[in-house]
Amino acid sequence: MLPLSGWINAVADAVVPVVQPYFRAVSTALSVPMQAIRQALIWLPWPAAALMICAAAAGAGGVRLVAVAAAAVVYVLLADYWIEAMNTLALVILAVPLSVAAGFAIGVMAWRWPQLGPVVTAALDLMQTVPAFAYLIPLLLLFGFGPVVGLIASAIYAIPPMVRNVMLGLERVPSEVTEAGLMAGCNPRQSFWHVTLPTALPQLLVGVNQTTMAALSMVIVAAIIGGFQDIGWEVLSSMRKAEFGQSILSGLVIALMAILADRITRGFADREAGGAGGRLAGRTIMVMFAVSLGLGFLLRFFLAGGALMPGGDVTRQYVTVLNQWVLALVQDHAALFAAIKNGVLYAFLLPLRIGVSGAATPYLWGFVMTPGLIALYGVVCAALAGWAFVSGRWRLAVFVIMAGTLLFTGLQAFPWPVFVLGLALMAYQSMGWKMAVFVAAGTCLILANGLWAALVQSLYLCVVAVLLSGLIGAALGLWAASSDRVSAAVRPVCDALQTMPQFVFLIPALMFFKVGEFTALIAIVLYAVVPPIRYVEHGLRHVDAGVMEAVTQIGTTPWQRLWHVRLPLALPVIMLGVNQTIMAALSMLAIAALVGTRDLGQQVYVALGKADAGMGLVAGLSIAFIAIVSDRLIHAWIGSGFAPEDGAGSLDGGRG
Amino acid sequence: MRESGNLGSKQPENSRRHPTHTGWRHTTNIRPRAMRVADAKAPDGRAVKLSCRHVWKVFGAGGRAYPPDPGDSSAASVDAMRQSGVIPAVVDASFDVHAGEIFVIMGLSGSGKSTLIRCLSRLIEPSAGQVMLDGQDLLAASRSDLVALRRRTMGMVFQSFGLLPHLTVLENVGFPLRMHGNARAKWEARAREMIAQVGLEGREFAYPSQLSGGQQQRVGIARSLAADPELWFLDEPFSALDPLIRRQMQDEFLRLQKMLHKTIVFITHDIAEAFRLADRVAIMRAGRIVQIGRPAEIVLTPADDYVARFVEDTPVLRVIRAADLAEPASGPLPDAEVEADAVLEQVLPRFFDGTAALRIRGEARTLRASRVFDLIRRMPSADAAMAAL
Repeated sequence: MLPLSGWINAVADAVVPVVQPYFRAVSTALSVPMQAIRQALIWLPWPAAALMICAAAAGAGGVRLVAVAAAAVVYVLLADYWIEAMNTLALVILAVPLSVAAGFAIGVMAWRWPQLGPVVTAALDLMQTVPAFAYLIPLLLLFGFGPVVGLIASAIYAIPPMVRNVMLGLERVPSEVTEAGLMAGCNPRQSFWHVTLPTALPQLLVGVNQTTMAALSMVIVAAIIGGFQDIGWEVLSSMRKAEFGQSILSGLVIALMAILADRITRGFADREAGGAGGRLAGRTIMVMFAVSLGLGFLLRFFLAGGALMPGGDVTRQYVTVLNQWVLALVQDHAALFAAIKNGVLYAFLLPLRIGVSGAATPYLWGFVMTPGLIALYGVVCAALAGWAFVSGRWRLAVFVIMAGTLLFTGLQAFPWPVFVLGLALMAYQSMGWKMAVFVAAGTCLILANGLWAALVQSLYLCVVAVLLSGLIGAALGLWAASSDRVSAAVRPVCDALQTMPQFVFLIPALMFFKVGEFTALIAIVLYAVVPPIRYVEHGLRHVDAGVMEAVTQIGTTPWQRLWHVRLPLALPVIMLGVNQTIMAALSMLAIAALVGTRDLGQQVYVALGKADAGMGLVAGLSIAFIAIVSDRLIHAWIGSGFAPEDGAGSLDGGRG
Repeated sequence: MRESGNLGSKQPENSRRHPTHTGWRHTTNIRPRAMRVADAKAPDGRAVKLSCRHVWKVFGAGGRAYPPDPGDSSAASVDAMRQSGVIPAVVDASFDVHAGEIFVIMGLSGSGKSTLIRCLSRLIEPSAGQVMLDGQDLLAASRSDLVALRRRTMGMVFQSFGLLPHLTVLENVGFPLRMHGNARAKWEARAREMIAQVGLEGREFAYPSQLSGGQQQRVGIARSLAADPELWFLDEPFSALDPLIRRQMQDEFLRLQKMLHKTIVFITHDIAEAFRLADRVAIMRAGRIVQIGRPAEIVLTPADDYVARFVEDTPVLRVIRAADLAEPASGPLPDAEVEADAVLEQVLPRFFDGTAALRIRGEARTLRASRVFDLIRRMPSADAAMAAL
């Protein structure tokens, strides 16, 4: 076994004590503004804060957004999570400007010096695919425990969307606009600040929106190590104590915060992009902020502390009732949930994990693989492969043989040399020998580090999750593409699912199915189901109307049109959706480790517990490796002539 | 216009910061020095404003020097360049634009006309050749000289308008003056004046996205003229507009030019537009200028089959003007007069009552009926033309 993680740890042990004082200094320096913002937000009486939030909502959207904001504030107060919410908000308020500033600087540099582009893109790919838990460990070693580490991790995690949007926005400034600026006599500095930047501003604000969402998501995850009084910690600890009523209540707070943050930042982005109607002017918002502050002072000085908080005791009573109700619900329908769990387990999970040979027992499937049956299975596979080979499709033949073997032995017992060779062959076929070498070297490195079992677990969980969410998502997308009403109903659900921090998806899964692989699967599917819905619907709906008219006129049936025209034409878009699904599933893998899996994500999580930086990084990089290879494979497969349509690049993790 | 002198005389700081260079800052007001090029004077005596000699633009050359020999523009050598993977977008372009002239460059898409106009303003650096503005080498101007020059001497209108989406109409038009460092009151007054000239009063505080295409291009025109440039570049300014608006904008353009007397380089892919607006037309094909001449010259004596096929469908009677066919009077001048720039379609009915000749107004030249009828008879579509009359 290659002690790569050991080496990393050795290096870290040598380097960390030397540089630690500097990083601790940064940590201390950052904790000052963080404490200040936290104290200020907690000091601010809730009516004043609520007024500020509503003013921001009024500036970003219309009356409806204000109503949502007000409802959210009321909910948080009633659920008695005000202080926790404010603590989380303080982290976000500090992390977002850090990420935005860093992202802006990096993006502008990458745009200004295009030769930096590949380096920056590779770095972004890594930042977005390596699970944040993995770099939490070195951060912990360098910065020490505490909320500041969460802040720094969030800032790092939230940089990539900003960089991508800055690069995209600057590149997309029409050359005529820049030329018009030059012909107006701008010097280079004027040209950038007065022409290029303002023209790219709407895209930059989209970046701010995505960065805010990423920061919020990460702040909540970072609670795992921080453990100070914020909303992520509340959810985590109530989940650990199996108080599901409590975890739903606090999870809803996160959901509401995410929705508000998304709508408000996106509202300001849209506002800049041109829409103006029905929104408060910037000056009015400022006035309202000032009024809120004044109100805050008044309330603080004339009312005793805490007098304004609604009674938490009443809420606690209801929470207990809710807890009991949820537990009773799960217990009453235990048979149903068990049936669902077992169905998926036997139909999908087991065949992939231990193969037909392992799953076919009298206890599981009611029959045994006799030698005769095995021979039949082998003959059928060979016949299929032979037929494919004879008809000139040798790639299909290879695929059939590999899939047949895989299904027979299961991923766990699948011989790894075949796996490495097969993957390298695929890479060679679609992208040439360089990628093949990269793939082979990467897999061998994972093998050498003793992570093979974990890798297989990850692949298997990921494959099942992608298949499931692909099937469900494609069906929903197909339905939404054929009916406007369904489309209108599905869209807000997708929006909401995409806005949620990944953490939230664990709550319902855990509630109904307890700890285990299946729970992880549900959480991953919930998170990864949005891209296939979106992309399938978009792809099918945006097939060229002229082509559709032409084939309708030819006299095709609706089914023929779908199968022969719309699906093939929409395929590139759908494949992008598949790519996004895989990325979403992989990024959820690390979070899902919290509910007990045995994959690479769990390795990272375990390493986090032991503060084993080497192990965490190696396992994290392995996840990134899977993500990057599958991303490149799919993009190569779609073909070089097809540019992704989604705003900010291929690895943007499904956040639109 | 009245304020233009003030605007022009204000020194931009950065040209002061670079006192070393050739002295572009003085050049905008001095008359051209003696030109060393072939036709330094136009037929009507106007001076050469912008002169372009053997200009090449080769894309995709990387660090290599292209063209290898700027003197060799033979078809074979250009083909060899294309074979080697570089794109010769402009091939050996030479022409003069005279002060106050409308010089139209016409070509299909991909013919290199947009690249050529960008070489003239150095938005694109030419690969080889010489561009002289008022007798001084434009290609030798430093970056800061160029900024100063664009501020005072050049204006440009773009096909897709190139407006700044975050600024109002007023701010867009005043943008060049703001970049020059003018105070708000000053640029705003001038911008209002320009907005009035293009007929957009009342829309000062609209954003570009709230305007129609025609209105947006009016803003583009007003902006390009805000600093009162001597040179006016228009890159397919009306191509993105629908036909009726295009026609209206062409009339507007001619009206403005009557007032302003700019030196104009105008790019279009529409031959009818070229003939309608141009004093002289240059026709481009595959990076090369194949013919330069007045519209009538091009219609009557196309240089090659390509040009001939182009002008085939143009209504000759609407392109050729009275002055194009006029001859020095041999005998006594007739009393009946005709405007020099009247097109034949307008003049023709005057001959139907048997009039033999018309005098060109204010000149000692005449237009004889027999010349006009000869021309019509020689036209390929003569029957149709006669029938139409």
